[in-house]
Amino acid sequence: MGSKSYEEAIEALKKLMSEKGELKASAAAKVDQITAELKTASSDGKPSDASVERLKEGFIYFKREKYEKNPALYAELAKGQSPKYMIVACSDSRVCPSHVLDMQPGEAFVVRNVANMVPPYDQTRYSGIGAAVEYAVLHLKVQEIVVIGHSACGGIKGLMSFPYDGTTSTDFIEDWVKIGMPAKTKVLADNRGEPLGVQCTCCEKEAVNVSLGNLLSYPFVRTGLVNKTLALKGGYYDFIKGTFELWSLQFALSAPLSVKDVATILHWKLY
Amino acid sequence: MAWLIRSKARLLVSATRPLRAPVDSFHCSRFSDLTDHSVFSFPRKWLRSKARRLNDVDDNQSGSSSSPHINRRTTVSQLEVSSNSRVRVDLFDELKQRFLSFKEHKYFREELEHFQTLKEAQSPKFMVIACADSRVCPSTILGFRPGEAFMIRNVANLVPPFENGPSETNAALEFAVKTLEVENILIIGHSCCGGIQTLMSMRDDGDSSFIKSWVTTGTVAKLRTEAAANHLSFDQQCRLCEKESINRSLLNLLTYSWIEDRVRKGLLFVHGGYYDFLNCTFEKWTLDFKGSSGEEGARLLVKDQELWC
Repeated sequence: MGSKSYEEAIEALKKLMSEKGELKASAAAKVDQITAELKTASSDGKPSDASVERLKEGFIYFKREKYEKNPALYAELAKGQSPKYMIVACSDSRVCPSHVLDMQPGEAFVVRNVANMVPPYDQTRYSGIGAAVEYAVLHLKVQEIVVIGHSACGGIKGLMSFPYDGTTSTDFIEDWVKIGMPAKTKVLADNRGEPLGVQCTCCEKEAVNVSLGNLLSYPFVRTGLVNKTLALKGGYYDFIKGTFELWSLQFALSAPLSVKDVATILHWKLY
Repeated sequence: MAWLIRSKARLLVSATRPLRAPVDSFHCSRFSDLTDHSVFSFPRKWLRSKARRLNDVDDNQSGSSSSPHINRRTTVSQLEVSSNSRVRVDLFDELKQRFLSFKEHKYFREELEHFQTLKEAQSPKFMVIACADSRVCPSTILGFRPGEAFMIRNVANLVPPFENGPSETNAALEFAVKTLEVENILIIGHSCCGGIQTLMSMRDDGDSSFIKSWVTTGTVAKLRTEAAANHLSFDQQCRLCEKESINRSLLNLLTYSWIEDRVRKGLLFVHGGYYDFLNCTFEKWTLDFKGSSGEEGARLLVKDQELWC
């Protein structure tokens, strides 16, 4: 077939159609199928090309509608960033803070990981998240750290489902979500006998509190809280109901201890 | 010492009672004693009128944000307690307005059907690894809608190799590739990256910090940049290192057997991207698996290079 030109092929097809009318329907269907394949196929027929083309459209839209229409803002951002917020959100594709909280470029330093976890201070194991918190607090001087959990979180479901009996079924996931173990323990104690779905919802919120507590183990976070240059908030986005809960961590000192005394005591308690 | 910190931190976390003497006068409130606890869920009519008022607020905000205040703020510790709580309430209120705007415009109106589907499950085609920098959210610059991209954001968009052991980045990689079965992984770097700058200016002076511990993942990129471009200015070297680091991370992806396997079979495609916000351009390239290797002396071959501007 490939040796003929396409004109010859069309002629042959026409002749076949006139001789065998009953083939018309199946031939038409075949032509439609081939046309569709040709439309989506790229030079080597990779399905990813359509996805990448989508990104190009997205970027061009951003450049035309946002970047070029706000030259002053983007010129300032090119010089540096001074976001007010640091947000820790889940990697889930449905919960990007740019959508849910309408964060514009320059407003929020955003860390995203499975189940929006903040592990306790550990420079060896968790340098990634530690680097982000350190950079946000010490260099960018953010005012708020907001940890946002969400409904139907796969990571939290994993935490609630994994047996943690010495066996593992994943390379890294079980180890990572184990950070939320205090939440699982509390939820199982308070919600014994409830269905898994209910337990997961409770755990999604409680794990946010575990992360907020873990943030307190970072000395620069504590200093910021004590100096009132930093505040911690927890959030919960329920995309099934369309609600957002927000709460703050109360961090109080009272006289007669001075700030220096409390910082020393905290240092003693945690090390 | 690390386990001590962890166990002590756990004590702190689970404490729903004030810390014992000698710190009686210092306490964290019980987590269940929620202060300033707001649930944002309002009837539609109210939302619509609020949305109209929000448009005015947005105009004001965009006006003021056209020249954002970048200089160092004066310390807020000098503020009175009452005015400080007023500032905090304002920031609270701000987040609330934003959520309600999202709910009104996107969740209910523009994309209701889309959101109904997402309630059941997510099936993103992309996994994106991007920097935590506030200026480079991929949802904004590439227009990802909810449900389209599973996203990791960390300092300097680094992917450590398999042999570095567990981290937040590879847990997310495992979830995306094995559970969600994404078809594409896209690592996006950007210009003026603070993490890369730290990497390039780091010296072995024994001074440890989290940032330094983390960005050493990119040391190979730094060495290659210095070897190839020592004659260039520091800024120019940083620009090159930003791109070299993406390529190193792309190769590090191949050190994960479940990624390499899928790439070899043509089930998964791996791409690099570079967002230059000085010129507003986006460069994109795809890993040519047949020409690359993940072992010692790894080399990278790319194809389908494009520059969008």
